Amino acid sequence: MWLAAFARGIEIEVMKKLFIIGIKDLTLALRDRAALILMFAAPLVLTLGLGLVTGRFSGQSDNNGLRDIPVVLVNQDDGRIGAELVNVFTSPDVGTLVKPISDTDPAVARKRVDDDKVAAAVIIPAGYSASIIPAANNASGVPAGDKKIEIYVNPAQPVGAGVIRSIVDEFVARVQAGRVSGLIAITLLIENGLLKPADAAAYGQDFGRRQNGPAQTIITVRRTSDAGTPPPTVDILAVLAPGMALLFLMYTVTRGGATLLAERDNGTLARMLVTPTSATQIIGGKVIGIFLTAVVQVAVLIVGSGLLFNLHWGDPIGVAALVLAVAAGATGWGMVIAAFARTTAMVGSLGAAVMLMFGVLGGSFGDNFPLPDFLLALGKITPNAWGIKGFTGLASGGVLGDVLPNIIALCVMAVALFAVSVWLFRRNGFIKQ
Amino acid sequence: MSGILEAHNIAKSYGDFKAVKGVTFGIEDGEIFSLLGPNGAGKTTTISMLSTLFAPTSGDATIGGHSVTKESMAVRRIIGVVPQDLALYEDLTGRENLSFWGQMYGLGGAALKARVSEVLEQVGLTDKGNQRIKTYSGGMKRRVNIGVGLLHKPRLLFMDEPTVGIDPQSRRAILDTVKDLNRQGMSVLYTTHYMEEAQELSHRIGIIDHGELIALGTLQELTRSIGELETLRLHVTEDADAGRLAEALRTIPGVTRVDAADHQAVLTAPDAEEALPAVVSKANEIGIKIRSIDIEEPNLEAVFLNLTGRALRD
Ligand SMILES: Nc1ncnc2c1ncn2[C@@H]1O[C@H](COP(=O)(O)OP(=O)(O)OP(=O)(O)O)[C@@H](O)[C@H]1O
Ligand SMILES: [Mg+2]
Repeated sequence: MWLAAFARGIEIEVMKKLFIIGIKDLTLALRDRAALILMFAAPLVLTLGLGLVTGRFSGQSDNNGLRDIPVVLVNQDDGRIGAELVNVFTSPDVGTLVKPISDTDPAVARKRVDDDKVAAAVIIPAGYSASIIPAANNASGVPAGDKKIEIYVNPAQPVGAGVIRSIVDEFVARVQAGRVSGLIAITLLIENGLLKPADAAAYGQDFGRRQNGPAQTIITVRRTSDAGTPPPTVDILAVLAPGMALLFLMYTVTRGGATLLAERDNGTLARMLVTPTSATQIIGGKVIGIFLTAVVQVAVLIVGSGLLFNLHWGDPIGVAALVLAVAAGATGWGMVIAAFARTTAMVGSLGAAVMLMFGVLGGSFGDNFPLPDFLLALGKITPNAWGIKGFTGLASGGVLGDVLPNIIALCVMAVALFAVSVWLFRRNGFIKQ
Repeated sequence: MSGILEAHNIAKSYGDFKAVKGVTFGIEDGEIFSLLGPNGAGKTTTISMLSTLFAPTSGDATIGGHSVTKESMAVRRIIGVVPQDLALYEDLTGRENLSFWGQMYGLGGAALKARVSEVLEQVGLTDKGNQRIKTYSGGMKRRVNIGVGLLHKPRLLFMDEPTVGIDPQSRRAILDTVKDLNRQGMSVLYTTHYMEEAQELSHRIGIIDHGELIALGTLQELTRSIGELETLRLHVTEDADAGRLAEALRTIPGVTRVDAADHQAVLTAPDAEEALPAVVSKANEIGIKIRSIDIEEPNLEAVFLNLTGRALRD
């Protein structure tokens, strides 16, 4: 009994050291004038600046300046999926964003694009629904899915065309996700005799509908609240503010990593090492220091932008959890950068490069960058991508549960990167024994 | 022998280079022990091994009965370290620095607060305690640097050249502090390349050169070891050839050794006064004019010169 209490006492002592070092580092960060500017002033100013550029503050505009994007729809499909896509374009959520017209002839539609009358033509081929949903007569066979929706874009209107493409892509992705899970469910039902093969097609369509759900339309950033408040709008600042916060969070963690090397250079690390403190505790303390600084930074930016720009970040519990996760993931990167670089100067330049790269890959500057797919996939290694998606999700009405995948991804990132940094520190002799 | 520290043949190599080549010595409880040696002699390397910063390449030492290699945590609790280079946080105040390092030694709460004030008093910085270190003068920073080593009242304090590059007044204050601490029972391992400091402070002195302990003992033992020789320092005019003078003086009976430095010939003899007339006439003989002559009682400089053939500071 007393032994356990004794052991716990020692454990508390061990943990206490981590926080002693961590709080010391937080204090130092908050006394570093250059750091204060880059941690707090820069992201708020840039959010404001980019907000002005994109027109958030010019009157009651309902979104990021984009509206009434002209698009021509050609629906040659006689099934429900084609009709569903047309519905999406005419639904109230997308309503002000796009201005769809219909046509029956693909050639005429393409001509409209060529004549710069519309931003894009969306052509749904005949038999598209049938290629997705198994027909009654071949319920056992997996449908080919070989029919493709054609998006004929107008290079003169890249932004509008991009919006149209993302709407269609999102729709197709959902249909495919619905199809896959729907198929499995339908097959099971048929096998168990609960569903007649003849009804399978209709059921499948309903299944897909339910999965997409009327509330989850494609472009909404905020869900309609049930209190009858004004219709939700896309607030560009809800994307910009987390984007800038994440961008400059990478600065903070890089700076934190650099202090580890600075302590080596100015002798305070050696001095810590001759106090009754283990190397592991010291590294742990430095990690805590970076993490605490990161949390304080993001928290201040969230409160600050809320007050300054009247920005609503959404579910407080979700936001708090995501702040911790984002800080942890970024801290992992700070440690890896410090372990990888050998000098503080190198951390500085490497950190700046990583900060910008992550900003672009992770969507800190908005997702207007026409990135190839592999770079978009690469963006998943950035805290920016997970963080920004999570924060915008929360701002548009999501709750903790909705951002759980983001939180988990960030925590996995933190643990993996911490392990990598320890390995690197061992290899370059920073941690002895 | 109840030594607080026993070092057995500790050595440190950096690749092929042997920075410390197997050093053996002990420090008695309550003693001030100085390691005297020129730049690059291996003083800091020795202190680093003894204070558990890094392990010796070979050999071991015990402090308070604990091995520095196997029981480093136990050793760290009873030693204080004042590193040669300042190791402080410039953006924290003097008080905050002491408070942080006190916590690293396990102090906390009211005891920490009281101890920080006490140490600030001890190093004479009570009124500057709430200013950031970066606003301090060099001497004040040195004093905080020392204060950090005192917080947990260590039994053995390592001080690595604590007076380098500061004004005489601060230096005086530091030397007095060291003596004061020692009077209260603290043992001290003090390194320096100022022989005056070693002479004034130490109960015993070890002379270290090129990583080897070349002499060890009390001041008296050391000066006796070179035969209680006295030093005659002859200053010659700018244009004179001190080397030629030194060469000529070597033939004088009773002279044990002659070295030439810039515009000086330094001669050691059992009795300098006795040799003086012969020295003067020899200088006249070869036509070198002597501007002035100092007679020096045996000191550590002479010991070092005698052992190495070099001056301590070159
Ligand atoms: N990390 C290192 N790598 C290689 N050589 C080193 C290293 N540290 C010290 N040395 C060498 O070891 C020798 C002893 O150095 P040390 O710092 O112990 O001397 P010191 O007596 O403290 O000198 P000083 O009076 O200048 O402080 C020197 O020649 C130095 O160049
Ligand atoms: Mg040294």
